[in-house]
Amino acid sequence: MAQKIYVKVALEADETGLITPLSLVFRGIRIPIDRVLERRQAHAVKTGGQGMRYTVRIGSRQAYLFQDDAQRWFVEELDHVR
Amino acid sequence: MRIILHSDCNSFYASVEAAEDPRLADKPVAVCGDPSLRHGIILAKSTQAKKCGVRTGEAIWQARQKCPGLLLISADQRKYLLYSRKMREIYRRYTRLVEPFGLDESWLDVSGHALSGEEIAARIRSSAREELGITVSIGISYNKVFAKLGSDLRKPDATTVITRENYREKIWPLPADELLFIGSATKNRLAALGLYTIGDVARASADLLQETLGKNGLMLRRFARGEDDAPVLCAEEADEIKSIGNSTTTPHDLKNEEAAKAVLYLLSDSVAARLRAHHFACGTVSVWMRDSELNTLNRQCRLSDASDSGTDIAKAALRLLRENYPWDLPLRSLGVCGCDLRSTQEDVQLPLWIAPRKRKERALDEALDAIRARWGHNAIRRGLMLCDRATSELNPVDDHALQPLGAMRGRG
Repeated sequence: MAQKIYVKVALEADETGLITPLSLVFRGIRIPIDRVLERRQAHAVKTGGQGMRYTVRIGSRQAYLFQDDAQRWFVEELDHVR
Repeated sequence: MRIILHSDCNSFYASVEAAEDPRLADKPVAVCGDPSLRHGIILAKSTQAKKCGVRTGEAIWQARQKCPGLLLISADQRKYLLYSRKMREIYRRYTRLVEPFGLDESWLDVSGHALSGEEIAARIRSSAREELGITVSIGISYNKVFAKLGSDLRKPDATTVITRENYREKIWPLPADELLFIGSATKNRLAALGLYTIGDVARASADLLQETLGKNGLMLRRFARGEDDAPVLCAEEADEIKSIGNSTTTPHDLKNEEAAKAVLYLLSDSVAARLRAHHFACGTVSVWMRDSELNTLNRQCRLSDASDSGTDIAKAALRLLRENYPWDLPLRSLGVCGCDLRSTQEDVQLPLWIAPRKRKERALDEALDAIRARWGHNAIRRGLMLCDRATSELNPVDDHALQPLGAMRGRG
């Protein structure tokens, strides 16, 4: 099972309320998010739980970034991002 | 023709726990109450636990005997409410007409939708899986009763369609007590008439059923024949408060009226406080009693004047208990419910003269509410509660030791 890692996220909200995460802080390092590819409600298959899932591109890789119902942000697995 | 879906979340509590913690997937899991408070019964079990013979409602020790590797998880009502709300959001993508039946079941009326019932069911199932990580079984039919029966026929994660053409073949061979509202008592009375299956009930003469079961008999016959035309009520209509009740399983069995009295006062005070919070008075009080062998009894009476006073409700509840409970067995659980609600906000005709005693009681109730709102439920208690420490430790408002009555009855 992958571990759920809560992260600090910098984000932007537009006039309609649409939220775009801009960067996340993982182990003290700020990692910029290049692009949000998809947002949808989803089950976090690897760690358990559910929430709004952002498929983000970081460099040449893709990762899932979740916002849960308590408005916290977590990642499922960041090995391939490091 | 109407198209009605009945969606049933499979092993709901256990599935939610597995969705939250993937390590539980494919393991025998049971969700239970708190054993130290004697809520230590199995509330839900996973498919694997079910295969070992674990049953809802049995004691933890019984379940452990059948399934030594059973993983026990304490129920977390907030989590189940969240998933239930999210499921309803999925249903509302297809229709406004969603009628919840407990946390884990809902009827949907999707008549007139551009998509077929099967297509909608497939999409709901896939959304439940992908968005929440749980599975649902869906029955599709032209009435609510058959849709519900259909959702039970194949699980998990399956769709069953009951049509006017196939219901005799799919529904009629099922045992009669699969039908909505047939409990063990009705089942036995039907069996005495030689009616064992739903088909038997459907084919029985209306006169015979009416003679034996009254109006209910005719209703069951209509259900069995697919003649149920009850509408799917949207949640706002279904959620309209019709009664306010609380029930509890006490920390130890209640052996006499004196012990039960303390619990009835505790429950009545909490029901009355909730009535006042919603600006209701109740015209009828009902008491729900469950003995140590889990037989239940429900009795109700009218109040001479509608009331939101804990004392009035408790007195009526105590009278009901006294007149109806034989004390052959000790009591395990008790519930008190106020129904036939009337608003206390509307311009009701005030009686010309309010007895001073009533006025004092009202002032007392209001003072209790105010003290508890500020200092917590146990800041002030009836002296009666000092007779039984364990019982008085139950906090009917803050923790969810007390279940809404409907939930208890639904699980029967």
